[in-house]
Amino acid sequence: MARKILFITTDQQRYDTLACNGGILSRTPVVDALAAEGIRYTRCQPTSVVCMPSRASMLTGQYPTRHGAWMNGVPLAVDAPSVAENLHDEGYRTALIGKAHFEPFLDPFGRFAENSLASLGIPTIEQPWFDGRRGPHRGFDHLEFATHGAMGPLHYAKWLQANHPEALGGFFPVLDGDLNVSAEGGGDSGAPQVKFNSIPREWYHTDWVAERTIEWLNSVDVSDDWFCWMSFPDPHHPWDPPQSEIGRVNWRDVDLPENYPTTSAERESLLDQKARHWRLWYDGKLVSNYEAPNKWVPASLTADQVREVNALNAVEVELIDEAIGRVLRAIDDRGWGDDVDIIFTTDHGEFQGDYGLLFKGPYHVDSLMRLPLIWRPAKSAGIAPAVVNAPVNLVSLAATFLDVAGAPRADWLEGGPLPRSDDEASMEGLDQSITEWDSALFGVDVHVRSVVTKDYLYTEYLPGTVHDGTEGELYVLADDPLQRENRFTDAAFRGIREELHERLAVHIVRPGLPEHLGPVVAPV
Amino acid sequence: MATIRFERRIAAPADVVWKIVGTPESISDWFPGITSCTVDGMTRVIRLASGIEMPEKILTIDPLIRRFQYEITAPIYRFHRGTIDVIELGENDSLCVYSTDSDPDVLALVIGGGTYGALIEIERLALAQKEA
Repeated sequence: MARKILFITTDQQRYDTLACNGGILSRTPVVDALAAEGIRYTRCQPTSVVCMPSRASMLTGQYPTRHGAWMNGVPLAVDAPSVAENLHDEGYRTALIGKAHFEPFLDPFGRFAENSLASLGIPTIEQPWFDGRRGPHRGFDHLEFATHGAMGPLHYAKWLQANHPEALGGFFPVLDGDLNVSAEGGGDSGAPQVKFNSIPREWYHTDWVAERTIEWLNSVDVSDDWFCWMSFPDPHHPWDPPQSEIGRVNWRDVDLPENYPTTSAERESLLDQKARHWRLWYDGKLVSNYEAPNKWVPASLTADQVREVNALNAVEVELIDEAIGRVLRAIDDRGWGDDVDIIFTTDHGEFQGDYGLLFKGPYHVDSLMRLPLIWRPAKSAGIAPAVVNAPVNLVSLAATFLDVAGAPRADWLEGGPLPRSDDEASMEGLDQSITEWDSALFGVDVHVRSVVTKDYLYTEYLPGTVHDGTEGELYVLADDPLQRENRFTDAAFRGIREELHERLAVHIVRPGLPEHLGPVVAPV
Repeated sequence: MATIRFERRIAAPADVVWKIVGTPESISDWFPGITSCTVDGMTRVIRLASGIEMPEKILTIDPLIRRFQYEITAPIYRFHRGTIDVIELGENDSLCVYSTDSDPDVLALVIGGGTYGALIEIERLALAQKEA
């Protein structure tokens, strides 16, 4: 028997939402305990700060410029590499339950398997693989999907529609009549994408994902090896957790984030020293990507709205923590407690009021790039608990899963396994982490590359609609942990800038990249 | 208003490509996710794999310049115009251009995204018919 793997992801969760990472709003005892028993990473980044490219990197172990799902709306090719396929070939039972999003959601033509499986009533589908074989969809022999609401063709939505139709109207309608991300406000403060949701907690997607995971685990033979990706759609907007739970955190008692500038003058001063698209978005003059409401102007965000969003976000984080606890008890009940590796992370962060902003986009700062990552190795592996401060990246997850399974390292991986200590990171020369952004939407394109080292966060803007290729950002992490002072043009940092530029240049021209990436074929 | 445009160079005579594109009933053969359609005069109703039905008004079938134009008349659109042009580049060389103009903007991507796959299917059919 090999070690089993429970891979837990959330969606759009900040590093500082966990108590073990210094968070004070949410109670997260279950994940905190995993951190105490395992390895807590303090500087983990995604390959991209939006869902599809980041999630595709978790699966493929490749950066978006190689796996090809370079922005939301660009599907990951069905024959792209998949770590789940390798684990399947090693004899693992493989499942993904919750939010996948390797393929676009807005799909009236039903072109993508993720959107058709629930209707077909089958747990997976045979697809051609990059090596010419056929196998279950992306290597998963069991798939059950959910996303942020109750509309659409995915399993959770169909389950709710069939069993509890009276609860459908409780969710925030994510899209408006024009199919844009809705700017509608709600709650007490009128914050965008907030709604009091009358759905009973046990019907909400967080509990559904946990219950379906437990159901699948109970279907697996006790002697089977398994890889289960349990993927919660929260705490991504909309912020509409079950109303019965929102009393856990009273938004009126919530302090404003440390990085929230309280006056418009302070906000504008901060944004004006960053690349120009920051201020253009804040003023409502530029929409470069689909993920934030295009009719919402960030400058209109109020302090109370930030408080309420952060309170509801904290409630969603708590519900996830409790759901994980139930799944872990189910694992213990099967007698697997000592043989399961648990990895917890998310796909990207969220502004939640930092710089006076909300949501996400082509903005490479810790709000969006610094992620919670916890690896609790199987107790039977005897790996010592640790805190790893070296920069790591989600591109390393696939290699880590293969290592845990004792499977051969695949030659298509761009990231090696996660280090188990800072000493190991140092010995292996792991001293940087890179994040990419590319988007092209209705005549506006933005291209961003960032590298983080233990000392610096450095960003270059490649030529695009609003950037001429000369702009960038450089932050000194020790002195400026909130990234408020851009040193990009500071002559004192010229040498540092040149060194970091070279690091990005090596990444940008790495060999074997596809010459052409696929087109955007859906908004999200 | 948003515009999406995809094009594909096809190693087949323009007339072969046009025969596929200019036949309104054939769309379910080459547009991925359109499972069936009915044509009545200049009205076409397409049925999508998701079960949605969409009425369309055919605006142009011009075999001389090889242009097919249509408009989705479902109420969700304030404006839609789909245009497929087949341009002869050589005896056995065509350029097929599929444009989608739409208000609301997002629907240009929702529908226009499908046109990318449609061009691949049009090429597949054209090459098969050329061989035949």
